Amino acid sequence: MKGFFVKITENFIIAFRALNENRMRSILTTGGIIIGVLTVVSVASIVAGLNEGFANQISDIGSSTLYIQKYPWMAHDDWFEYRNRPNIKMASVDFLKEHVQTPSYIMPSTGTGRNVKYKDNELEDIRVSSATEETPEVEALDIELGRFFTGNEISHRKNSVVIGWDLKEHLFPNEDPLGKKIRVGESHFNVIGVLKKRGKIFGQSQDNIVYIPIGALFKNFGYHRSLTIIIKVKDPMDLEKAKEEIGFLMRVSRGLRPIEKDDFSINQQSVIVDAYKKLTGGLYTAAIGIGALSLLVGGIGIMNIMLVSVTERRREIGIRKALGATRALISLQFIVESVVICSVGGIIAIGLSFLMAFAIDKATPFPATVPVWSIFMGLGFSSFVGLFFGIYPARQAAKLNPIDCLHYE
Amino acid sequence: MDKLIELRDIKKFYQVGSVEVKALRGVDLDIYKNEYISIMGPSGSGKSTLMNIIGCLDTPTFGTYRLENNNVHQMADDELAAIRNKLIGFVFQTFNLLPRANALHNVELPLIYSGMHVEQRRARAREALEKVGLADRMNHKPSEMSGGQRQRVAVARALVNNPSIILADEPTGNLDSKTGIEIMQLFDDLHQAGNTIILVTHEHDIAAHAHRIIHILDGEIAKDEKTGRA
Repeated sequence: MKGFFVKITENFIIAFRALNENRMRSILTTGGIIIGVLTVVSVASIVAGLNEGFANQISDIGSSTLYIQKYPWMAHDDWFEYRNRPNIKMASVDFLKEHVQTPSYIMPSTGTGRNVKYKDNELEDIRVSSATEETPEVEALDIELGRFFTGNEISHRKNSVVIGWDLKEHLFPNEDPLGKKIRVGESHFNVIGVLKKRGKIFGQSQDNIVYIPIGALFKNFGYHRSLTIIIKVKDPMDLEKAKEEIGFLMRVSRGLRPIEKDDFSINQQSVIVDAYKKLTGGLYTAAIGIGALSLLVGGIGIMNIMLVSVTERRREIGIRKALGATRALISLQFIVESVVICSVGGIIAIGLSFLMAFAIDKATPFPATVPVWSIFMGLGFSSFVGLFFGIYPARQAAKLNPIDCLHYE
Repeated sequence: MDKLIELRDIKKFYQVGSVEVKALRGVDLDIYKNEYISIMGPSGSGKSTLMNIIGCLDTPTFGTYRLENNNVHQMADDELAAIRNKLIGFVFQTFNLLPRANALHNVELPLIYSGMHVEQRRARAREALEKVGLADRMNHKPSEMSGGQRQRVAVARALVNNPSIILADEPTGNLDSKTGIEIMQLFDDLHQAGNTIILVTHEHDIAAHAHRIIHILDGEIAKDEKTGRA
């Protein structure tokens, strides 16, 4: 086609001129497209933000870790059955430490919630977590001030405490906490260290926590509690093998006969990851459903307005045909116009998505960022709708007879 | 003389409901280069149909039409569009300018459709507008111009592509008589400059500008006469 660029440029000029002429009508027409693109891009932004927060959390705890507990994390039925399981006790921890072949850290863990007080300052319901020598390695703890527990302090069940950053800030705003005595529940503890600030995940502070030796936790807050046995496999490749081995050893340590079912659960991050993927997958499906529906409605709106436009401009079509415009060129003119209107809608929607993501980020604990791929997808979809729904009106325009058009009033 | 147009036994029938209307019943016509022709006839005589066929806006039901050695009667839509673009310049009674485009852009249109690049076509369009005396109105839109000025823009548009024939359909029909005389003067000048002009009109004093008048009646040529001006 000779001078194709010349002709397509003319088509863009016509499209923008028509758009400018019917500004209000065009913007209203793109409403469906704006809503469709906005829905998909906003959900993509929220999920992208969640992914980021989630990835942080996962990498902090580590995905090569198994948790042996009384209850499974994701249970669908029959809590009663799990309730009747015997507690998980130190005896199993010792048995595992003695027999596990896969190189790993094995650590008992438990916790409770207590009020913490120093002088007149009191914080309510602080998580009190147990510590062993392996805790800093397994839970990825870093010390800001002072030190962590010695093996001696742990084996002698000393009333020492390592506090999180929130406690340092609220209980000791102008004081060095090291060597001070604080009250945890009804017991007194000696502060020996402060943890590095870990910040928030989904609006939840990770710093309102204290660690005390596991024996001290039993001694001060009661022996009747089920442990979590945390097993961190040194080589992540060994995870599945370790799971099998530990399942077997746990059965032996708890004296189960072959016909009996497991009376414990081996939990791992992947369960959470799977559930999370299911949730975000559901969000995406819903967003794509709503988005597709809005784009369909928007597309029908575009088709309608383009048919009106073809009728209104019959005379113009007649003139252009008389002066030598081919069918293809007239078609192209209306398709370009339809694509331009829809793309403008897509651009408006993406602008609104940035505002939306900003608002969500500021107003809710959820982080939100507009992912780059969603921008291209939004523009792509809106142009495609313009193209697809522009074809029929464009063909109608191209088929018109120039003589009839020239006499159209 | 070079023969531009050769019509042989042109018939055009329309189906209106169950009735067949015979708009043209067999027209033979030769038109040569640099002729100045009027086609006259009352409404319903078939003169508009004849003009549409000569202008390649319509094709005959029967008969052959050769325009500069092109067999126009056999052509499809897009080929006819190309012929209109290169060989024919239209001037309409109702001007038929694009209302949102300025004079320059209106005159550029046929050149855009022949794919000419922007500097070259701007220059050609300016030249054509200067020829019709509108050098100072190039950036005005049709709504900002008088009827006579609009028709001048249309004439500039018709001649910008150097067509073989300029086809004018009642070019003074929407103008007052003084402006009409000015526009007819323009056609006389274009003829002097070597253009071939076909006027379609029902007014005798307009038709009298031509050198040859063809009278159409009931779909046939009733009279083909030379005027005193030839």
